Amino acid sequence: MGYIAELVVVVPILALVWRFLGAYMTGVYEGRYRFLRWIESPIYRVLSVDPNSEQSWQRYAGSLIVFSAVALVVTYTIMRLQGHLPLNPQHLGGVTPALAWNTAVSFVTNTNWQNYAGESTMSYLSQMAALTVQQFVSASVGVAVAVALIRGLSRKDSKTIGNFWVDLVRGVFYILIPISFVSGIVFVAQGAVQTLSGPAKVHNSLNGVHQIIARGPVGFMEPIKELGTNGGGFFNANGAHPFENPTALTLLLSVILILAIPVALTYTFGQMVKSGRQGVALLATMTIIFGVWLGFTTYAETQPNPAVASAHVVSQRTGNMVGKEVRFGPRLTSLYNVASTQTSTGSVAGANDSFNPMGGFGLLTGMMLGEVSPGGVGSGLYTILLFAIITVFIGGLMVGRTPEYLGKKIQSREVKLAALGVLVMPITVLILTAVAVSVHGGQSAIGNKGPHGFTEILYAFTSQANNNGSAFAGLNGNSAFYNITGGLAMLVGRFAVMLPCLCLSGALADKGVVPAGPGTFRSDTPLFSGLLIGVILIVGGLTFFPAVSLGPIVEQLSHGKLF
Amino acid sequence: MNTNAQQVDNTSSTQRSGGLARPRGLFDPEILLQATFDAFKKFDPRLQLKNPVMFVVLVGTMVTLLEAIAHPSIFSWSITFWLFLTVLFANFAEALAEGRGKAQADTLRRMRADTQARQLLDDGSLRQVPASQLTKGDLVVCEAGDQIPSDGEIIEGVASVDESAITGESAPVIRESGGDRSAVTGGTKVLSDRIVIRITAERGHTFMDRMIALVEGANRQKTPNEIALTILLSALTIVFLPVVVTLEPFGHFAGTSVSVVILVALLVCLIPTTIGALLSAIGIAGMDRLVQRNVLAMSGRAVEAAGDVQTLLLDKTGTITLGNRMAAAFIPTGGHQEQELAEAAQLSSLADETPEGRSIVVLAKERFALRERDLGQSRQFIAFSATTRMSGLDLGDRRIRKGAAESVCNWVRDQGGTVPGELDEIVERVAKAGSTPLVVADGKDVLGVIELKDVVKDGIRERFDQLRAIGIRTVMITGDNPLTAAAIATEAGVDDYLAQATPEAKLELIRAQQKGGRLVAMTGDGTNDAPALAQADVGVAMNSGTTAAKEAGNMVDLDSNPTKLIDIVEVGKQLLITRGSLTTFSIANDVAKYFAIIPALFVASYPQLKALNIMRLHSPQSAVLSAVIFNALVIIALIPLALRGVRWRPSNATSILRRNVMVYGVGGVIVPFIFIKLIDLLLTSLGWY
Repeated sequence: MGYIAELVVVVPILALVWRFLGAYMTGVYEGRYRFLRWIESPIYRVLSVDPNSEQSWQRYAGSLIVFSAVALVVTYTIMRLQGHLPLNPQHLGGVTPALAWNTAVSFVTNTNWQNYAGESTMSYLSQMAALTVQQFVSASVGVAVAVALIRGLSRKDSKTIGNFWVDLVRGVFYILIPISFVSGIVFVAQGAVQTLSGPAKVHNSLNGVHQIIARGPVGFMEPIKELGTNGGGFFNANGAHPFENPTALTLLLSVILILAIPVALTYTFGQMVKSGRQGVALLATMTIIFGVWLGFTTYAETQPNPAVASAHVVSQRTGNMVGKEVRFGPRLTSLYNVASTQTSTGSVAGANDSFNPMGGFGLLTGMMLGEVSPGGVGSGLYTILLFAIITVFIGGLMVGRTPEYLGKKIQSREVKLAALGVLVMPITVLILTAVAVSVHGGQSAIGNKGPHGFTEILYAFTSQANNNGSAFAGLNGNSAFYNITGGLAMLVGRFAVMLPCLCLSGALADKGVVPAGPGTFRSDTPLFSGLLIGVILIVGGLTFFPAVSLGPIVEQLSHGKLF
Repeated sequence: MNTNAQQVDNTSSTQRSGGLARPRGLFDPEILLQATFDAFKKFDPRLQLKNPVMFVVLVGTMVTLLEAIAHPSIFSWSITFWLFLTVLFANFAEALAEGRGKAQADTLRRMRADTQARQLLDDGSLRQVPASQLTKGDLVVCEAGDQIPSDGEIIEGVASVDESAITGESAPVIRESGGDRSAVTGGTKVLSDRIVIRITAERGHTFMDRMIALVEGANRQKTPNEIALTILLSALTIVFLPVVVTLEPFGHFAGTSVSVVILVALLVCLIPTTIGALLSAIGIAGMDRLVQRNVLAMSGRAVEAAGDVQTLLLDKTGTITLGNRMAAAFIPTGGHQEQELAEAAQLSSLADETPEGRSIVVLAKERFALRERDLGQSRQFIAFSATTRMSGLDLGDRRIRKGAAESVCNWVRDQGGTVPGELDEIVERVAKAGSTPLVVADGKDVLGVIELKDVVKDGIRERFDQLRAIGIRTVMITGDNPLTAAAIATEAGVDDYLAQATPEAKLELIRAQQKGGRLVAMTGDGTNDAPALAQADVGVAMNSGTTAAKEAGNMVDLDSNPTKLIDIVEVGKQLLITRGSLTTFSIANDVAKYFAIIPALFVASYPQLKALNIMRLHSPQSAVLSAVIFNALVIIALIPLALRGVRWRPSNATSILRRNVMVYGVGGVIVPFIFIKLIDLLLTSLGWY
């Protein structure tokens, strides 16, 4: 299927997903759908949670932290002990402490950064019980925070912002599991493997070679990898592996699954704040950024690879084929990788490291904008809402009123929390990158010298602090240094944004609502979307311009000269 | 009586002789000189700490200074010098904003020169004491020519008082014991008669003292929005610290060593120094702009709230209508001619000194050229009384009466006359239109009706339309009956009205509006307005009002002109717009500075980065210095804008936003590219680089 045809199919399907999944999610989180009560009730009883009582933001955040901490410990423990646990046909030993820490953090924070090759490191039990379970619940946690923030914006004079446990459980059972199950059937039907019987041993009688072909319960893990914007694949090659992503149809389905929840949440947002236009304004902002980055990256990748060109050995009429799957080519790979980097999914259909400098620039900067176009499940929406609050604050002043967003006055507390949530990511990335380039443990892991090596490090921390999880490759991340600092980046990038969001939600829920009038700064107009894009670009640009100019920009300006 | 009530036009800054609003330019040489002095004084680190953005610049200046001493070069000294100027310019902006207020405070202080007062003792005797020794509760006597020693309340007598010392308005006002006009202010002057005053303010807490403190900005506190903006600016400053500091290890990795001076220069260029430098000046200037309009805001918070106001409560009389009703038409009845009616009406009003009476004479003259006549000897004027509710004139055996319909009709019937059938209908029609009908009778004959109209001020309707366009609802408050109120409300174009308003009803209205999330502004002058003034988000007390009212409100209008509420809202909006626009401008500027400095930083190890030098600046050093110089000079260049405020015209939020985004956002990206290039050209043409 061609690139254009693929877009032509994706866009209308996404429009339907936006409309119907969005409305469905509103119903789920407002508690209007209760057909799975028979599953919910026993869980609440075990957790001794009263599903009808709501929580203050402090208790909501407390529950979230407790849940994530327990998840972290359980995931870590399973991986450490996998050698003694069942479902381990390859008899793989326990995962090393540093790697287990990094991986546990990675999956609990919805990052899915993988410093390991799944097929040769993780037992089936670890893949399923540790990692895939987290792919479901971490996604649900992300959406819960977004919904809690929306509640803060849509309620008035309220002390509570919902119940974390209820949001968590409903997200998993009403949204993630059903969609994953149905999509899983498609993946398996298209040829993704699904088995617990261990690797296949093949004897090739033609040339007398024994091959071991890794297999596993892949097919039904794929959908949640995409739907939860997790990105952690079963195989090291991730979405480029034919057992994970067998056909162009599964690539298309993957792109839709990746974008489904982040996009549909804007509809949910519009419904919950009782103004569809507000949701459309955010969707438009996300779409424009996504479209520009997709166009830019695709263009860059259809250009010849400068290093290959200087060798004058092959024709590059189809663009940069280095590191690409022949099945997908530069354009579909760009689509998949842009969708994946801009949604915090982080799975890849081709090697980012081998993208042209400006193609890699597209992927890297897409994340640097804070993962808001449309971003990860939940995280995309709550992060763009933080940007929206900053935009409203500056823009609202310009119309001569104390700024307000959706009738909520934006004052010191809100500005403080929004600024914290927006700025913690760039600060983390820059500081950790600076540490990495300065110490031996950081420098020794890179595969290339000069700007490309710098980009590898910068990319690694950008990806982890944004909970994206895509790797630029070239960097050997499985070292004590990168496992530990990476884990730190992921934790900060996740929880140092979530907590301000929940605090913000509490502060906003408690406020009254100022009625809108002609003097109100409107946040549902193209002008607002334009301003929001401006603020996102300026914050991202100003914080990362120096660093990026030392990486991909200088590489591009060198026209393929290797360092 | 409110002397300003007749002032049709509210552009109140015309004739004044002294007081607060002594016209003084923003850039008066005397103030400029003083501000330059003060700018140096403000280098006090304790003051600098209050402004996190400029504090970072100050620390940066110290760092480059040490570097310049350790490794002297023209470049490092130039950077140090311009960084120093950046802080100085910020100080200067603030000092200049304070300058006018300080000068006015000095003027007021001189007026407060210690006066002698005649204290009235319990035994009835008088004793000369210095005004400074008076305490609350003391009684003093003031006669013509005396300066009133302190704030107080008249408990005996009536006097005309010259309040120009405070209001700048030279026309004297009447102050009398009892009622809402009993308050007098220390520092004003008694022009006639004798009054006994009970002192109501302790020394140092008089209105004049508070006024001096306010004008001077002595207790200026950061307002909520200013604090919120400071937080955002601090956050931007904090994020740029790692951005710049990490460039050292990044540069090291790239095999180049980065100069500390350039890093500091980059940091200062990136953090929002423009708005950081001007932020407090904008706030002070906002208060000052109110002072120039003769309004004293008790706190910056109130000025800010004024920008947010969504409902204005306006008293009908004096704000929406002229103070008095005016004769607007003669409506004859029973076959009489209009001129006949006009003539009788004029005769009956010749001796009537009330504004209504005078307006009848004026109307008769306008319509039928009826002039005042000598009426001969046999005339006798009948004055209006509350029992007869009529007034008139006996001329020979002609007896002319005008008055309330019911009274005049009864009077006619008593003489055996008949009342024409259509009279009732006319009277009702006039009342429904919001006017007051006066019936005129000549003996047994009812001649017709005079329509006394509440005259809506010129231009007030347009003003309300503007307010509606910017999202402000106007509510007219009146003691009239609902019928009359509705008619005037329609004519004036207010959004709503409160008829037969009692203080309780007013308070209730304010609370209801606030409950719906609206901020409310109102004016008031009586003691019974005090609770509502206190409840309103912006309560403007008239200076002519009672002490209780003045204490309850958070602003005092020295001109006692209720229409000024609209100006106050405008000043509040302008203040916020100026802040937002300059913040946008400041951040947008960073783009160009990056393109100047980043190539300069790393061009040694990556010559390819020359391509980013899109301004084609001469050399790395000239590029960095040009950016720093631009960064400093833009502060000076924007001082007038910060002090005067960004231009504001009433229109809806979207069009205001679009304009400001274009000017300060897009303009903010483009302007520095041009000026940094120009500065670079200048530096190189001078042969410095």
